Amino acid sequence: MIPLLNLRLARPEALVDLNAIPGLSYIRSEGTEIAIGALTRHREMEFSPLLAEELPLLAEAIPQIGHPAIRNRGTLGGSLAHADPAAELPCVLTALDAHLVAAGPDGERVIRAEDFFTGFYATALAHQEILKEVRIPLDRRTAGWSFLEFARRHGDFALSEASVLIFTEGSSNRCTSARIVVGGSVERPLRIESVEKLIEDEISLSSQASSLADILRRAEHLAETEIQPGIAGGENSDYLSHLTGVLVRRGLESAMERWRKR
Amino acid sequence: MKVPELVKVSLEVNGHRFEGEVEPRKTLADFLREELGFTGVNLGCEHGVCGACSVLLDGAVVRSCIFLAVQAHDAKITTIEGLAKGEKLHPIQQAFLDHHALQCGFCTPGMVLAAVDLLQRCPHPTEMQIREALSGNLCMCTGYVNIVRAVSAAAEKSRISEKP
Repeated sequence: MIPLLNLRLARPEALVDLNAIPGLSYIRSEGTEIAIGALTRHREMEFSPLLAEELPLLAEAIPQIGHPAIRNRGTLGGSLAHADPAAELPCVLTALDAHLVAAGPDGERVIRAEDFFTGFYATALAHQEILKEVRIPLDRRTAGWSFLEFARRHGDFALSEASVLIFTEGSSNRCTSARIVVGGSVERPLRIESVEKLIEDEISLSSQASSLADILRRAEHLAETEIQPGIAGGENSDYLSHLTGVLVRRGLESAMERWRKR
Repeated sequence: MKVPELVKVSLEVNGHRFEGEVEPRKTLADFLREELGFTGVNLGCEHGVCGACSVLLDGAVVRSCIFLAVQAHDAKITTIEGLAKGEKLHPIQQAFLDHHALQCGFCTPGMVLAAVDLLQRCPHPTEMQIREALSGNLCMCTGYVNIVRAVSAAAEKSRISEKP
């Protein structure tokens, strides 16, 4: 936010600092969900044993946010409400199917992450609402996960990024569902449902290496074609679609590797 | 144009209490430099990219160019001026001197404070951890090699447990 002010890209008449509101910084386990307060700083999430244990995808993404000086001050709610399409948390929390709790004069309402990000720096928050809490369901068994991003310099905003989650049931060898969400190259976090379906239909731990390689190549191609030139924007659009496809494939490879080791 | 109301700010910088009245839009960096005279807070990019303006806020490194002075009310700030004890340099400053870790010196205050933040948390970092911790601080002169050496040497020489 402040960089936008410094560059005179935003000229708000007033800013309200939420930091003084007590009780909005916490990470707790609530049975089948993890609840995180909107004022929880990235740094607290980075060093949280609970998140490392229960939400490895989130734990993998947080150290990739900016630099330590950014993570010392940045908050979960700030990142989500700012809705920078190249930020990590909107992408990851969409993949995790997080529920965002907004509070306003008329009370609270819950918005799914998928419906929260409505466009470039735009959210479903109404004018008098603030983001209060993020609730992440733990109802599905995570078999494999991966968060990958590509930036020209370490710590820069990502040119493209991919969150991959593979779920299974019990000790099954089969993938029961998957969540694939990309960011950076698109104006808001984008689920790649064609790849999710492909993974759900065809991937299992007992897949032959050659058929797995073929599925991953198809996944890369599907992701690439879903990043439409024009959405990605400008003359870089071919490069960004290609990059996104590659990140989705590598993310799937890494998620599969972790599934095998479990 | 509407003249903004001034807001009272009281904060501790390098162990001394300061009070001031600031426009709400004033950044902490401008407040520290212009009102309080801590010109070791260097302003490079002024939008949170280069790290030259880094200061410690309640012990953790932050960028003072993207932080409003009014938000620092009641906080304890450490700038580069607050590290040495009299003529005795802070061990990280001494290591920068010993290992030729600066040339023009513009990035140095931010680099040193980022290193202080790292060593408080992680007294014996690996080279990768040092590089990661300093990755938000840009240096145009040194190529970083001697900076990493200096931080590594400072860590080896003394367990820096005392907070600045």
